[in-house]
Amino acid sequence: MAERSFRREQPNRPATAPKRPQARGSGNHVIEFRGVSKVYEGGDVGLDQATFAIERGEFVFLVGHTGSGKSTIMRLLIKEADASAGSVRVAGRDLSEIPRKRVPYYRRNIGVVWQDFKLLPNRTVYDNVAYALQVTGRSRREIRQKVPDILRLTGLATKLHNYPDQLSGGEQQRVSIARAFVNHPPLLLCDEPTGNLDPETSIGIMQLLYRINRTGTTVLVATHDHAMVDKMRRRVIELAEGRVVRDEAAGLYTRDETTREFAARMRGAVADPALDPAARGTRHVRERGRTGSN
Amino acid sequence: MRLGFFLREAMRSLRRNAMPSFAAMATVLVTMLVLGVFIPIVQATTGAANEVRSRLLLDVYMKTDASAADVSRVRARLANETPHVKKVEFVSKKEAYAQERKRNPEAYQLLGTNPLPDTFRVTPDKASNINQLKSSLDPGGRPVDPAIDTVRNRRDETNKILSATRVVKLTTAMLAALLITASILLISNTIRLSLYARRREVEVMKLVGATDWFIRWPFVIEGVVVGALGGLLAILLLAVGKIALIDPLAADFALIAAPDTVNFGVLIAVLMGLAVTLSAAGSGISLRRFLRV
Ligand SMILES: Nc1ncnc2c1ncn2[C@@H]1O[C@H](COP(=O)(O)OP(=O)(O)O)[C@@H](O)[C@H]1O
Ligand SMILES: [Mg+2]
Repeated sequence: MAERSFRREQPNRPATAPKRPQARGSGNHVIEFRGVSKVYEGGDVGLDQATFAIERGEFVFLVGHTGSGKSTIMRLLIKEADASAGSVRVAGRDLSEIPRKRVPYYRRNIGVVWQDFKLLPNRTVYDNVAYALQVTGRSRREIRQKVPDILRLTGLATKLHNYPDQLSGGEQQRVSIARAFVNHPPLLLCDEPTGNLDPETSIGIMQLLYRINRTGTTVLVATHDHAMVDKMRRRVIELAEGRVVRDEAAGLYTRDETTREFAARMRGAVADPALDPAARGTRHVRERGRTGSN
Repeated sequence: MRLGFFLREAMRSLRRNAMPSFAAMATVLVTMLVLGVFIPIVQATTGAANEVRSRLLLDVYMKTDASAADVSRVRARLANETPHVKKVEFVSKKEAYAQERKRNPEAYQLLGTNPLPDTFRVTPDKASNINQLKSSLDPGGRPVDPAIDTVRNRRDETNKILSATRVVKLTTAMLAALLITASILLISNTIRLSLYARRREVEVMKLVGATDWFIRWPFVIEGVVVGALGGLLAILLLAVGKIALIDPLAADFALIAAPDTVNFGVLIAVLMGLAVTLSAAGSGISLRRFLRV
């Protein structure tokens, strides 16, 4: 899983106009913003001359106060909105070149997780995740095989037939992550994924995102939870009033951490070995039914 | 596989949105019921009006001393050279005498001789052309043929019938237009309301990469099902009404049976087609607003 191309096979997509993402754009950048501004219809400035780039496989935080432009960046990336100035490139491709009709196909390359989950209320957990596969025209057999797998990975194996309103916030967010990741997109965007969740649940979610990142997926997480960001020790891009005011790879970047070590560190348990067994104990109960926590 | 998926999706959403689906179905049902009652009524009224109009005639009286040659010359002229003529009927002196004598035997007993002229009864191609036809036969009160004595229509009656039937036809046409507009608005409004409640769902589908038609097909199929159910129920009720009320009445009163109305089978087909098309097209088109994400 070392090298992961942005493009993957799309059964539904006719093999027209072969694109070579790497031919243009610079090197390995999955995301590249160059002098991007976004002015909303009312005149509100969402983004002001933002320039940054994110490499394949990175885990990046986007921080800043409410209204600083984090969601605007997400919106531009999924082409829910178009930039007013500058260029947004994803896998080397300028998003302004994608015609409206191709947008659904483009979006299938990106997993998105929102603060409010955005699950389909009339569908079970299973069907919510299956929908992301049905959209791409996958066969029923493939769906029957993939959906339980991803739900086991996200710790929802026992909740297959529940409806969203029968789940806790943390569980709903796990469903939405499962839906975002079931296609194994090379890029995962999360807009305040823990914004509605308590700290302990949030750590579980971050652990899941970290595990996804370790499979080679580039992950971009918007949040205003500074404590969490400080503990994670990943690259941080800070926004203020639409401008990029800080962009640094955290010094203590520890690349080869297992998910378990990662979670322990997030709970601050490593520093105090006496607390360690207790922390593990509670986690064990919470994570029952989840497998493959490498 | 696609069609199966869309069908299952439509059925799921009908089940999960039972109330709005029921409301839409009821709207279609009521609309089709009203149309089903009204279409035959409009047809009967215009039919009756047309029937009255078709009785308008022009009488062309020959001079009493007209010869057989005169008669055949005028007949040829009426049949071949006069515009707006639909039908020419000849009533000879003798026939006229026989008819009148039957109607009023005592008066004709006294007369002894036949005072009646040969007559042509001319039917115009369209009732509204009757005045034009008359003035082409006797421009300025002077008949076009020396053998013609007078050309008559019962002037007052004719004009009254023409304007009265025109009003009747216009009114029913306007009512029909109004009713159809109201039905379309009613159905599309119900559909829009139920779609509005589901706009978030549509938004989410778009965000996970569904194409417009992938989202739209289940809605259209849902519309077909709702429309078909509503139409079917309406037709059932109409059939019951027809068998229980109209048919027994029609047997007793010639009036109800008389005017030509649409055949019940055709009416059913029209209503069913209308219900399904309106409901399906309404769903598909109303959805467009919510697909712009
Ligand atoms: N749909 C919108 N219409 C108008 N202004 C908007 C819209 N969305 C965001 N904004 C404005 O853009 C700015 C950045 O918003 P946003 O990107 O949502 O910030 P964040 O996600 O960091 O809280 C804010 O000033 C906000 O008022
Ligand atoms: Mg936001």
